Amino acid sequence: MRNILTICGKELRAYFASPIAYLLIAFFGLIFGFFFYSATAYFVNAGLRQSMMGGGGQPMSVNEYVIAPLLGNASVVGLFLIPLISMRLFAEEKRTGTIELLLTSPVRDWEIILGKWLGAMVMYICVLAISMANIALLFAWGQPDWRPILTGYLGLILQGGCVLAIGAFISTTTRNQIIAGGATFAICLLLWVLSWVSSYNDAGWAQAVAYCSILTHFEPFSKGIIDTKDIVFYLSAIFLGLFLTSRSLESLRWRA
Amino acid sequence: MIKVEGLTKRYARNIAVKNISFEVGKGEIVGFLGKNGAGKTTTMRVLTCFLPPTSGKANVAGFDVVEQSLEVKKHIGYLPETPPLYPEMEVADYLSFVAKLKGIPSGEIGRRVDEVCERTSIGGVKKTIIGKLSKGYRQRVGIAQAIIHNPPVLILDEPTSGLDPEQQREARTLIASLSGDHTIILSTHILSEVEQSCSSVIIINNGEIVAVDSVANLHHRGRANEIISVEVVGASPVSVRQRLEQVPGVARVVSRDARDGAAAFDVEALENTFVRPHLARAIVESGWDLTELKVVGESLEEIFLELTRSEKTEGELVAAQ
Repeated sequence: MRNILTICGKELRAYFASPIAYLLIAFFGLIFGFFFYSATAYFVNAGLRQSMMGGGGQPMSVNEYVIAPLLGNASVVGLFLIPLISMRLFAEEKRTGTIELLLTSPVRDWEIILGKWLGAMVMYICVLAISMANIALLFAWGQPDWRPILTGYLGLILQGGCVLAIGAFISTTTRNQIIAGGATFAICLLLWVLSWVSSYNDAGWAQAVAYCSILTHFEPFSKGIIDTKDIVFYLSAIFLGLFLTSRSLESLRWRA
Repeated sequence: MIKVEGLTKRYARNIAVKNISFEVGKGEIVGFLGKNGAGKTTTMRVLTCFLPPTSGKANVAGFDVVEQSLEVKKHIGYLPETPPLYPEMEVADYLSFVAKLKGIPSGEIGRRVDEVCERTSIGGVKKTIIGKLSKGYRQRVGIAQAIIHNPPVLILDEPTSGLDPEQQREARTLIASLSGDHTIILSTHILSEVEQSCSSVIIINNGEIVAVDSVANLHHRGRANEIISVEVVGASPVSVRQRLEQVPGVARVVSRDARDGAAAFDVEALENTFVRPHLARAIVESGWDLTELKVVGESLEEIFLELTRSEKTEGELVAAQ
């Protein structure tokens, strides 16, 4: 456990010692802020129109019209940002040779992997955290239900963990960060668009393909639904990613 | 302390190390000598558990590198060819990170970091970011990182490569000062380095060991006859040469280039003769000035070239570094 935390701390420090952490937080804050503005503007407009029409019917829900689409957008933006977090995990150490220090220290491979993955997770959570500023505004001027927000963030974290695990694996396969980032990005994109298949095809295989999309599993979270099937999907994807990472790290030794 | 038996490392396309065996005793400093690509780094990587051997056994501090790699790693300090430094970290932070990795208890880390900083004279740059250090300092931080957990075995891969002569001298002094407590293997392709800092030498060529010997023994290898360099002022080279050839015990006199007004020769003595006093007397009694008289040993360089040349058999093997 101590080794994991040591490596996790070192990773975090590396992120915050370079501009990458601040850039990611700034960009995510900017993009999320824009989405937040459009979602609330639309909501206010629609609300005004509803009251002018006589104010009949149910009041519009902030959760449904603002928070759910906002978190949905955040999960897509996350797919674009996460490769930037994961690409350096192993590729950089391979390029500078510091991987030799890690692999010749009395530390187990899985401790290295878990430490690095956790470090990347904390970095990702820091990026997500900036969006809380916008959500706080909703609480200041409205009464949104806090529970779907919580599950939404849980979903974002799980989804991020799973992409980071895949990114960590890809990062072990190259010493070039750009390649690692690019490949992870391509896979993220693919995992996103897989969900589109089910919209034009009802066949069983199409459903199966759509099931593999990480975004399909995010939707329920943004609506406040925690389904075991989604949690299991994310956890097994994280496990698979980290398992592949450990195999790949081991093969580094054998193939040299 | 280190025992290697029949070690072979095969990569996809070539064999880097072929069936080598050697032993290193406690407290020894062994120079691992070979051209680039001879298999030095591969052997070191096997010893540090970075690479598993294809076949054969390696034992460090009583632990097997395959079966008990975690124990081996605890007992080894390793400086790879490029020091494994994180450029964005401060020296002290980096060293405490390594100390934690090596399993030093939290309470002792500060003390250990101070100790190694003092030992490697990097106390002044403790708060400097590694990326801003000069090459010589980086190498020292690399050595500091290798000794931070006070390991019984130190493995240094080309510890002086890329340093300027002054820094090389400092690095050598530093390594020599470590010799008391640690068993050290250092690889190099610089021969004078081995002569200065090592007690024995392992010469490796094309993945095979061609010589294991003490530095002193290697010097005597190859040539039985003594060669003496003589320089005389105040006489014509021809007459000096004639006089020298008459000295009992002299086998051959070869003239050398000399500065103006001097005559210089390499005098080869017969086997088991002590010819130096006779040479000196002959010159002085002839009324000439003797300005130089010294024994020329075969340089390690020549021995090395000879050994690695004669062993070039079984086709060309280019081992990956």
